[in-house]
Amino acid sequence: MRTVNQRGWFFVLPVLILVAFNALMPIMTVVNYSVQETFGNNVFFWQGLDWFEQILRSDRFQAALGRQFLFTAIILAIEVPLGIVIALSMPRKGIWVPVCLVLMALPMLIPWNVVGQMWNIFTLPKVGMLGYFMNDVLGVNYDMTQDPLAAWITVVVMDVWHWTSLVVLLAYAGLVSIPDAYYHAAKIDGASSWSVFRYIQLPKMKTVLTIAILLRFIDSFNIYTEPFTLTGGGPGNSTTLLSIDLVKIALGQFDLGPAAAMSLIYFAITLMVSWLFYTLMTKDDAG
Amino acid sequence: MGGPPVSPAQAGYQASPAGSAGMIELHDISKRVGKVVHIKPTSLTLQPGHFNVLLGATGSGKTSLIKLMAGLDPLASGRIVMDGQDITKLSTQKRNISLVHQFFVNYPHMTVFENIASPLRVAGMAPSEIQGRVEEAADVLQLRPMLQRRPHELSGGQQQRTALARAIAKESRAVFLDEPLANLDYKLREELREQLPDLFAGRGAVVVYATSEPEEALLLGGWTALMEDGHVTQFGPTSEIYRKPDNLTAARVFSDPPINAAEVTKSGSEAALDGGARWTLSGDAAGLADGRYTVAVRPHRVTPQRHSEADVALKGRVLVTELSGSDSSAHFQMGDNFWVSLASGVHPYQVGEDHTFYMNPVHCRYFAADGKLVA
Amino acid sequence: MARITLSKLRHSYYPDPKGPDDYALKEIDVTWRNGGAYALLGPSGCGKSTLLNIISGLLTPSEGRVLFDDNDVTDLPPDRRNIAQVFQFPVIYDTMTVRQNLAFPLKNRGVDEARIAERVAEIAEMLEVVPMLDTKAANLSPDNKQKISMGRGLVRDDVNVVMFDEPLTVIDPHLKWKLRSKLKELHQRVRATMIYVTHDQTEALTFADEVVVMQEGEVVQIGTPVELFERPQHTFVGHFIGSPGMNILPCEAAGDRARFQGHEIALEGPVTGSGGTTVLGIRPEYVGIGDTGIPAQVTKVSDVGRHYVIDAQVGDMTLKAVSEEAVPEKGASVHLAFRPEQTRVYRDGWIATEARR
Repeated sequence: MRTVNQRGWFFVLPVLILVAFNALMPIMTVVNYSVQETFGNNVFFWQGLDWFEQILRSDRFQAALGRQFLFTAIILAIEVPLGIVIALSMPRKGIWVPVCLVLMALPMLIPWNVVGQMWNIFTLPKVGMLGYFMNDVLGVNYDMTQDPLAAWITVVVMDVWHWTSLVVLLAYAGLVSIPDAYYHAAKIDGASSWSVFRYIQLPKMKTVLTIAILLRFIDSFNIYTEPFTLTGGGPGNSTTLLSIDLVKIALGQFDLGPAAAMSLIYFAITLMVSWLFYTLMTKDDAG
Repeated sequence: MGGPPVSPAQAGYQASPAGSAGMIELHDISKRVGKVVHIKPTSLTLQPGHFNVLLGATGSGKTSLIKLMAGLDPLASGRIVMDGQDITKLSTQKRNISLVHQFFVNYPHMTVFENIASPLRVAGMAPSEIQGRVEEAADVLQLRPMLQRRPHELSGGQQQRTALARAIAKESRAVFLDEPLANLDYKLREELREQLPDLFAGRGAVVVYATSEPEEALLLGGWTALMEDGHVTQFGPTSEIYRKPDNLTAARVFSDPPINAAEVTKSGSEAALDGGARWTLSGDAAGLADGRYTVAVRPHRVTPQRHSEADVALKGRVLVTELSGSDSSAHFQMGDNFWVSLASGVHPYQVGEDHTFYMNPVHCRYFAADGKLVA
Repeated sequence: MARITLSKLRHSYYPDPKGPDDYALKEIDVTWRNGGAYALLGPSGCGKSTLLNIISGLLTPSEGRVLFDDNDVTDLPPDRRNIAQVFQFPVIYDTMTVRQNLAFPLKNRGVDEARIAERVAEIAEMLEVVPMLDTKAANLSPDNKQKISMGRGLVRDDVNVVMFDEPLTVIDPHLKWKLRSKLKELHQRVRATMIYVTHDQTEALTFADEVVVMQEGEVVQIGTPVELFERPQHTFVGHFIGSPGMNILPCEAAGDRARFQGHEIALEGPVTGSGGTTVLGIRPEYVGIGDTGIPAQVTKVSDVGRHYVIDAQVGDMTLKAVSEEAVPEKGASVHLAFRPEQTRVYRDGWIATEARR
């Protein structure tokens, strides 16, 4: 019995080694940097938790964290309901199903940096289609390199365009798994469309929605490439999210200690909020 | 589950000629998941040559026991010996067994022929021999015209026959059938049920058949192990167990409709139902010590008409009646006991009215307070 | 509650059906009285589910009308037909308690709170689910879930018909039996028109006052359980109903006699019609084993508990007999006696003897 199963560990070994190389070792390096100061030449001075304290107290970090939470909250508030609505309006049978699915998957297939570049050009005044349309057709003053609000709206719209599909596809998977009998029963019970949604569709989508929200939270909270290629964090610091700020500190200023400490704080926050989400959303499953 | 079938992909596969396969012995095997005991220590000897039926309700441990024997779950204790060889530590792939599930499990992308042939190909058998074996199995299960079709083009019954044909063609030493007919139409189930014992007769494999239907166990004959709450309560030749369940639980498990039971007081040579009928005891029952017992009698032994002088009259209020063309049944209340009478023919009952039923005390079984059969 | 009339109903899943083979449901014409218990019985693919969906309004028939009392409901959607349906797999609202589940159909129709509470209490008592009223429905066992979905149908007092679509599929055998009698009891109490769809003869026969036996989209016989058992109009009914089914044996027939494997056999009455293929139909229950009659060889004896099923060979045909008494061994030579009033001839499947009065 057990002896038979021991052999299975050999198959897991390559993965363990891989994980060790690409996750554990970098993390240990980061931990190492976060408690030391270095001026290069591999000379290190013990710094204790000073970097952590400094980061947590800095206005810059707090502002970036605030922007980060705001961004994530906005895109979750838009993408989740929007994704559900789109999933609900998609056909459940017939020849249009594959067409809809492919259309939905398209934005997700485009690489992150390309998305940023696309939207950058798209929104340029005079040159980009959107920029031209807004400024010259509608006459609205729209320039995200100048106007923080315009920059924010663009970043959010871009993310919604890129990632709502993920929520749609997951919600759709949940919806198609509901047997027809439920809809028939609801019709017979005289349930309204709202009741059908509230008591049949939403409960049955719950598991996949939990996964969708978690994925979107983690992804949006760690987002870097798209806003960076789009706005570079500007104008000013208005769209400098946590990750962008982190890269500025680490690579721009080469403050490896504070950057390492910030990464760990960042990681801890992501982990904690994910855990919180998960526990809250699955808590009444047992009841 | 929609996954691929339990693949008989085995390196050490060797077909054993029919008739030479031996028995399966279970020595105190048990299964635990965490602290929960799924199978209590169980010892059984399963013989080839007849069906070994595992009969019990859903959750009584039939499937768990099969999985242990198939090597799909680890044992918490005990040993499994097949054909004289200890296979406890052998992986599923090397046990030379077949498993047919309640759900129709076939490879969707393969034709029926390829489905039946798959374990033989894995074993590296010569194509000509494969052809012969598959055709033989297909003939037995009347699948000849469908050999080139794919599973989705078949009816449920044909799909399940394909799964059975695969088990037959493989000529395994042990075939585990886990409620294979549960998802089929009633009439189809009846037909296959009748054919199954013949299909496996003379193949020398140990056949284990799990079911939750008492009727199925009776029709398949052979030996039956009654299962309840993760252990085997009784094991023996099917009709013997049916006629003489050695405990009250076994009697309840092996009865459909449920066996009628009631408390009786025995004093002297007489037994009396609480506030009801009394009768004179004979045979073993007469020798029991005075006291309280549980009496049990099968529904078809409680009839609406008197058949013999010895019959005892039972008065009850009829609650529900069922008429199935050939049989009539009445559910009636007698004091605190809810009993059922099942009789051939058509009998008019008035729901809500009192009716007198009859039973011959020779058909009564008596159980002590601990549930053991005493007479 | 209502009387249900199905008038010249036909249905095809093709937009433009050519021949009879394109019809999933060939013509059906039947009236079911108010408060009756009916069953649609047949193997998978016989059209019973199509018929059920037409009655519930999930499907509009290609031809014909559906009437509830005198109202034509053929084109009405399910929610406007005032029907209730219990499905193969229990449909319950997972997030609601049992009480909320039972109240749901009434709430949707704006019934006032006091009336809802009263009806729910009444139905819960009837279904014996009072102790679980405040537990979440998702946590119930399959049989209790099925009871709740039944309850949601019964809670409304304006229901025209309650339909059951193989409701015992996921129920354990020993509970099946209990739920079945519960259903029967409910029918005897509330007297609603009920239609029960199944492939299981026991369920159909024990539940219904009248059973519609279907095969390949066609109604083969409509009758009471006793009629279907005693005098099947078609060999399919004889085979499908009864366990084991009727013996169907090739024969030649003339007058009130049939010849089977060289033996003369008395029939229930004179043979009607001519031509076609004739077979003899007799139920195993009516084949007696004794010292006189047709000589036969016992090939198999099965102990079914209640009785024995004996396979006996006559010439090159095997037939079954049922006996409650001690029986001969396998291989024994016996004599079979067919009870004449239960022995009939079928021509091309349909009954071809007249019963003597």
